[in-house]
Amino acid sequence: MAIREVYLDNSATTRPLPEVVRAVVDALENNYGNPSSLHRKGVEAGRVVTRAREAVAASLGVAPAEIVFTGAGSEAVNLAIKGARPGKRGRHVITTAVEHHAVLNACAQLKEQGIEVTVLPVDAAGVVDPERLAAELRDDTYLVSIMYVNNEVGAVQPLVEIAAVIGAARKAGRRLLWHVDAVQAYGKLPLRPRELGVDLLSISAHKVHGPKGVGALYVAPHTPLQPLVAGGGQEWGLRSGTENVPGIAGFGVAAEMIAREGHLAADRLRPLKKRLVEGILAAVPGAVLNGPACDKENPRCAPHIANISFPGLRGEILVHSLEGRGIYVSTGSACSSGKKPGSHVLQAMGLKEDVVEGAIRFSLSITNTEEEIDYAVKNTAAVVEELRALYG
Amino acid sequence: MYNTYLIRYGEIGLKGKNRPQFERRLMDNIKRALKKVGPARVERVYGRLVVESEADPARVLERLSRVFGIVGISPVLRLPLDEEAICAGALEVLRDAAGRVQPPAGSPLTFKVEARRSNKAFPRTSPELNGLVGGYLLKNYPGLKVDVHNPLVRVGVEIREKNAFVYAAEVPGAGGLPVGAAGKALLLISGGIDSPVAGWMAMKRGIEIEAAHFYSFPFTGEKSLEKVRDLCRVLAGYTARIRLHVVHFTEIQKEIQKHCPEELRVTIMRRMMFRLAARIARQRGALALVTGESVGQVASQTLESMLVINRVVDIPVLRPLVGMDKLEIIQRAQNIGTYDLSILPYEDCCTLFLPKHPATRPRPDQAERAEEPLAVEELLNGALEWTVMEEIRG
Repeated sequence: MAIREVYLDNSATTRPLPEVVRAVVDALENNYGNPSSLHRKGVEAGRVVTRAREAVAASLGVAPAEIVFTGAGSEAVNLAIKGARPGKRGRHVITTAVEHHAVLNACAQLKEQGIEVTVLPVDAAGVVDPERLAAELRDDTYLVSIMYVNNEVGAVQPLVEIAAVIGAARKAGRRLLWHVDAVQAYGKLPLRPRELGVDLLSISAHKVHGPKGVGALYVAPHTPLQPLVAGGGQEWGLRSGTENVPGIAGFGVAAEMIAREGHLAADRLRPLKKRLVEGILAAVPGAVLNGPACDKENPRCAPHIANISFPGLRGEILVHSLEGRGIYVSTGSACSSGKKPGSHVLQAMGLKEDVVEGAIRFSLSITNTEEEIDYAVKNTAAVVEELRALYG
Repeated sequence: MYNTYLIRYGEIGLKGKNRPQFERRLMDNIKRALKKVGPARVERVYGRLVVESEADPARVLERLSRVFGIVGISPVLRLPLDEEAICAGALEVLRDAAGRVQPPAGSPLTFKVEARRSNKAFPRTSPELNGLVGGYLLKNYPGLKVDVHNPLVRVGVEIREKNAFVYAAEVPGAGGLPVGAAGKALLLISGGIDSPVAGWMAMKRGIEIEAAHFYSFPFTGEKSLEKVRDLCRVLAGYTARIRLHVVHFTEIQKEIQKHCPEELRVTIMRRMMFRLAARIARQRGALALVTGESVGQVASQTLESMLVINRVVDIPVLRPLVGMDKLEIIQRAQNIGTYDLSILPYEDCCTLFLPKHPATRPRPDQAERAEEPLAVEELLNGALEWTVMEEIRG
């Protein structure tokens, strides 16, 4: 069978499931009421939101009242970081060098307000050392924001060990909030914020075959959080604004699928990633995998993201060349001959310039097939050979 | 209150026998420019054009101010040739204008009437009209004062064959000549700051522009091509439509990369672009090429480089930016509205294949020798075969 399109940029966004599309359209066509309205139209729309909230809560093993819908994963992150109340003594925040820009730039805004921000370094695989966190905790630290799965290289942060560090600090009387950016982990790895003692956890619908423009923040009971958007008091007063009923409905459908099958996702994805990584490393001399080794036994390796460098070539040219063969991937590092510096994640990992410049990211979804992976491997090898002949 | 606009054109008024042709071109261009905002009527009264449109005056003025060949635009009242009507109209435009000017604190609103009579059958002379209308305004607008040297409001009265026109404001036009009045040329457009400005300057001199962009996918992506389209859309705002030829340049780029010495690659790339552009120009009836080159900015823009590059074509190459400094070009780009698009960071093929040390003083024989391994004719035909013409509307 001739393959015309292989979409391997699922960490950028995913194609919505047909059931999701149907739910969105149905909400637009039939449930156009405002959930705040007193009449039946409002009640019906409110029911759609409630059902979706239950589905999202179930996918995280939490209570529906602990879910706040937002306008994006980034908005959930911003609400968590900028909405967390420092309390009387709090003036210090800890995060990591490999966070998404939503986290890093929200922290930069805190800094402008006089809050101190410590950025934890990572090792060559992009992983944070929990002991380093323990060493950086201070009496005035009120918030720790550490992601679960890194979006560029798929490094899985050691949340269990981090939970132990934070738990110990709390036992010692420290008042600490912990936010986890779980946007890239959701639907791929088991997520149980309650078991870890996480206070705030951000997820996004469109990374899991839901619609764009809707995210959610899990907020543990009694978390001191203030809203960023004031208004009519929707979402328990934490996110005013008329609910995005169609988006939320679609999110609900995607979440139902995760609640049902999420525990199987990693086992489905891992063999695909292994096939991809091993295939490319074998077929392309000089190609290197960035991030944690791709190995079932390695808990630091995400099942769906593979960041591979082809030193000497440029990521964006590889992206376009693969695009020419119907394969869609992305590059974390932008044009370095232009003004933008390369990926902050790869740089934090201490990679050399040519490795940073030649990196592309493949990100998988459960909808990808072995056949697609083989096509991608074959064509990546061909494209690299062709470009090397030009630049060699 | 306005639905009529008096259009003044300077330069084309001077063109003797060609004048009716220029005027017709300008009228067509005005109609085309206004198409997007709604139906418009354009008519010629001696030495002026009169535009009628029921659309929002702010949008009409914005569109008209981008039509080349127009020197000034005044929203006017069209009145019968009747003294009373003219006086009442003058008061109306004065009141409207008074809402927009701010006299210095404590000083009165000053004005002056500027009457012109091209219809000598009208019983009052221009000085008589000045007195008559001025007197009426003074009587009916409390606190008004005459200032013949430096008035805050100039009330214009023009007595034409069938109508009188009264107005109080003039918006400057874009100047230049009506696009199309000077024939057609082909603009070599990249995504940078310079080439759109060069195109605009050629258009200003009445040249109709078609654009050619050299597209090197996968070395540049769809986003950079979209940026070129966006730039053309801005330029099309001054003429209503631009045809963009997207030239498939990848194979040529690859062949140069494979076979030519590094320091001459830019020179040879430019020679290939010029050859392609000259052929497209011939096909399209364009009489010249227009480029954004300026002397001495980068290595390929030394006079030596231009000589070597220019040798491959016999069509004139216009370089409207040659007299400008970089800062002037940037300023012009900002005024035209292309600057913010041009600085978006999508790579163009020039920067991607830029050698570390390009030759700044290449010699013609060097370039010819360096080109020997290339199957020039075949490459040109291949590139043209895959060239696509798009129509971009402003």
